Amino acid sequence: MHLAYPAVLAALLFCTGLYGVLARRNAILVLMSVELMLNAVNLNLVAFDVWLRDTLHAGQALTLFTIAIAAAEIGIGLAIVLMVYRNRATSDVDRLRDTAEPRPPLSSALRATDPDTDAPGGPAGDADSGDPDPDDPGRAAGEKAEATA
Amino acid sequence: MSPLAAAAAHGFLSPTGVEIAFLLVGVVTLGAAVLTVTTRHLVHAALWLVVALGGLAVEYLLLTAEFIAWVQVLIYVGSVVVLLLFGLMLTRAPIGRSPDADSGNRPAALAVAVAAAAALVWVVVDAFRATWIDLDGPAQGSTRVSGEILFRHWVLPFEALSVLLLAALVGAIVLSRRDGADAGGDQAAPPRKDR
Repeated sequence: MHLAYPAVLAALLFCTGLYGVLARRNAILVLMSVELMLNAVNLNLVAFDVWLRDTLHAGQALTLFTIAIAAAEIGIGLAIVLMVYRNRATSDVDRLRDTAEPRPPLSSALRATDPDTDAPGGPAGDADSGDPDPDDPGRAAGEKAEATA
Repeated sequence: MSPLAAAAAHGFLSPTGVEIAFLLVGVVTLGAAVLTVTTRHLVHAALWLVVALGGLAVEYLLLTAEFIAWVQVLIYVGSVVVLLLFGLMLTRAPIGRSPDADSGNRPAALAVAVAAAAALVWVVVDAFRATWIDLDGPAQGSTRVSGEILFRHWVLPFEALSVLLLAALVGAIVLSRRDGADAGGDQAAPPRKDR
């Protein structure tokens, strides 16, 4: 079999995962894209192991290790996503901006529509009632302060 | 489709049955992967991921790495996708279409991905255009061979990996458990205030 088949397929799968990591907003979809990228790497490892006829079969052993590490990564990643969801009531990676730089002033026009900025407003006093409301900016800011404390 | 064009440009000399099967399964796998990263149904993304990972398992079988293939089916299709579906359910992902599944930097992501794909495919095809995998002879990755090399040459990394898995398991439990006071609280409880 031509080696270009698995190599090209692995490259395309990796770039598909790359697009998913960059373009997706939900954290779990980002994790799925990371899985796609890891699988592309696995395909490369297996193909080159079979091509080289390595006596140690390093490619296949490393593939098994990668699969195990991916399983550990998905467990830890989902635990983190669940904890973030419990604290912030959202799993959008776009909304987790605690460590982001402050926006430059040229984007102040966008600031009015962004729910994450510290615009005052929102019905106050409902912080303890009802379901978590991800669209309440005052509450999100308060939780942000508490979560970082 | 670009994978067909890129791959078939150098393989049309004498495509064997294995190559044709690999190409067909590869097209299915790539299509499922593209649907995974582009669909707006969050649950459908997980289900397309099953198709992509299962297709990859078939590719491993075609590359005579059968142990890897069954591990792929067991770990990825069996447990990782189930974990992802549980994660989607626990974060209350919408069942139907969710219009905000993609973030605003989608054109930039598309540009980066297409540029990376073009560069990688060009380099890989240019580098391996005259390289052939010899699939004859005994299987390279049968369970016997994999077990022998894993427990003869790779024992120490294997054990270290088991420690890593244990640490990840404990870490996931510690991260996701609630404190004892409200351990019986349901999922609909408001977000916690003391963290």
